[in-house]
Amino acid sequence: MLSTLRTAAFSAAVAAIAFTPGNALAQKKYDTGASDTEIKIGNIIPYSGPASAYGLIGKTEEAYFKMINDKGGINGRKINFVSYDDAYSPPKAVEQVRKLVESDEVLVVFNPLGTPSNTAIQKYLNSKKIPQLFVATGATKWNDPKGFPWTMGWQPSYQSEAQIYAKYLLKEKPDAKIAILYQNDDFGKDYLKGTKDGLGAKASSMIIMEESYEVSEPTIDSHIVKIKAANPDVLLIYATPKFGAQTIKKTAELGWKPLQIMTNVSASVGAVMQPAGFDNSQGVLSAAYAKDAADAQWKSDPGMMKWSEFMDKYMPGADRTDSALVYGYGAAQTLAKVLEMCGDDLTRANVMKQAASLKDFTPDTLLPGVKINTSATDFAPISQLQMQRFKGEKWELFGEIISGDVATH
Amino acid sequence: MSAAEEVVTEAPAVEAVPKRAMTLGLGTSLVVLAALVIAPVFVKNFIIFQMTMLLIYGLAVLALNILTGGSGQFSLGQSAFYAVGAYTSAILMEHVGMNYALTLPIAGIICFAFGFVFGQPALRLSGVYLALATFALAVAMPQLLKLGFFEHWTGGVQGLVVTKPDAPFGLPMSQDMWLYYFTLVITIGIYIASVNLLRSRSGRAFMAIRDNEIAASAMGVDVALYKTLAFGVSAGITGVAGGLGAIAVQFVAPDGYTITLAISLFLGMVVGGVGWLPGSIVGSAFIIFVPNIAEGISKGLSGAVFGVLLFLVIFLVPHGARQVAIVAQQMLGKLKKN
Repeated sequence: MLSTLRTAAFSAAVAAIAFTPGNALAQKKYDTGASDTEIKIGNIIPYSGPASAYGLIGKTEEAYFKMINDKGGINGRKINFVSYDDAYSPPKAVEQVRKLVESDEVLVVFNPLGTPSNTAIQKYLNSKKIPQLFVATGATKWNDPKGFPWTMGWQPSYQSEAQIYAKYLLKEKPDAKIAILYQNDDFGKDYLKGTKDGLGAKASSMIIMEESYEVSEPTIDSHIVKIKAANPDVLLIYATPKFGAQTIKKTAELGWKPLQIMTNVSASVGAVMQPAGFDNSQGVLSAAYAKDAADAQWKSDPGMMKWSEFMDKYMPGADRTDSALVYGYGAAQTLAKVLEMCGDDLTRANVMKQAASLKDFTPDTLLPGVKINTSATDFAPISQLQMQRFKGEKWELFGEIISGDVATH
Repeated sequence: MSAAEEVVTEAPAVEAVPKRAMTLGLGTSLVVLAALVIAPVFVKNFIIFQMTMLLIYGLAVLALNILTGGSGQFSLGQSAFYAVGAYTSAILMEHVGMNYALTLPIAGIICFAFGFVFGQPALRLSGVYLALATFALAVAMPQLLKLGFFEHWTGGVQGLVVTKPDAPFGLPMSQDMWLYYFTLVITIGIYIASVNLLRSRSGRAFMAIRDNEIAASAMGVDVALYKTLAFGVSAGITGVAGGLGAIAVQFVAPDGYTITLAISLFLGMVVGGVGWLPGSIVGSAFIIFVPNIAEGISKGLSGAVFGVLLFLVIFLVPHGARQVAIVAQQMLGKLKKN
């Protein structure tokens, strides 16, 4: 009975905010974790352990909310950002999230990182009806509004990225003979599925070889030799950075020049292209959704100038080539936008409703044209990427922004 | 300071602990038990969950304590046994549909067998070499769990989500509280069994091997049998703890059982006092709560703060909780005399 009243209030509130900013007609409504003065946001991220490099994302988000608070908060409320270390361990993630929910009493759990940790807390948060908002993993399973209405992704999923490569190939090289090299785990398999779905009926005729490797293998040279023997003219590389670099290097050593497409995960100039050799990397394709802070072309970009200003003031001394800084800023900005849209109705249901009503939202750090769109049936905020080609010592964007929406069910 | 003197004069190997000193007195045990039984009524579900984890890790530390404190063998591979137990329970519950309580003895038996078999090659090794061999086991385990061959059962990197059991017979109790009492009963059972084991003939054989292997074998102790037996018992108890851990956390994944867990358990044993069984729970509290405290002090330097805290504990009370307990007992004794 309350829910119908609430829905009515939402629409009123949303309309009021949209047309007359600052209108106080909307009724104030709060769930645990929100009040007239404060919104409590919870987060878990590995600050220690094997994946501690990602901890920088949490620090960036903390700094971003500090900036928001210095500017007066969101609709007059300060953000209280509580972030705990889960050390990339699922049992620890469960403990820390329960602490956030039951002891700190946060309104939402925002941007928890890692597929295992998020899988471990998903059931708990959904049964408690607490938003698990903008999870920091590329697995496709987060876009499942029916099964898990309280969980939402953020970055493009591996499958949607793979679909974009498939679309590109269908358009530019419809008679391609494709070989796919993938890591034999959920990451690699998601890419494989996305590629096949994207190629559709032509998948069976275009893909001439699927070769997988184990992440525990020291080198994948033998796989490359094997693939070359099948003589494909396109090589899709769905590998983590170390193996991505090995692949580019080995194909060059073999004097083999197929069209190579590299996953966004391994598109790092410093970690992949440089070790593989810039000479060998020329012409490799990939896709991107965020601006690269190390790229000179964004120097005078208004969005990146705002980012740069933020870095100067709130995170001096951080290594700006680290993509975590761009990532954390963009994710935090998206949450700030959602909370702003919530107005005075800071219930968990409304946070999810607003998060599912983002229309053409563009955080400062995303590529021009990449927009965040969500709906009640689309819980994948970013699903657009742009193709890029490696030239000289950096990536050059080309072509249009391509969409690759993927629903789990 | 007497503590400092003890350190200097002590042999570097595992220190001999007389068997009476391995347990608490009856009175103290009852007080601790009463506290563990009553506490959950007054706290939030989250705290109950933490207390459940405290008991579970306590069991795993206890298992290591039997191995190291009892039979004098080192192991950095406990996380592997813990993982096998966790996966056994999770697979039996989710794929076979077995009742959670029944999965635990099976996890225990499988891990006992696993530990017993692993104990065979370990016989040829001792001290740091044995520690390294078990270390290899701990490093290999997460990757083995990811193997495509087992993926149908283990869920690969994605892991398995486990359903948390409700309280039976319609007891008016939250899932967390029921699981806590369930764990408590198992913990007490295993604790009593362990104390009795160490007091029995087998326990005396363990300790004889620990103190002097040659002398033990001269006295007619079957060294090979008892060493592997200690490994088996330790692995079996760790497996039960792993199974309980899977049920409490409701999720198993290879990343949960890395070498870090094995080192944590080792740490818990040292902090609790090697060879002092009640110390297991103190050690378990240390590995659960101290990282949280360290994080509260500094997020960026949580690892360093944890290191400093650990260093302080080892430096000030090298025998861990046992030493604190002994000092407390002496002070109480003096007070009584006065």
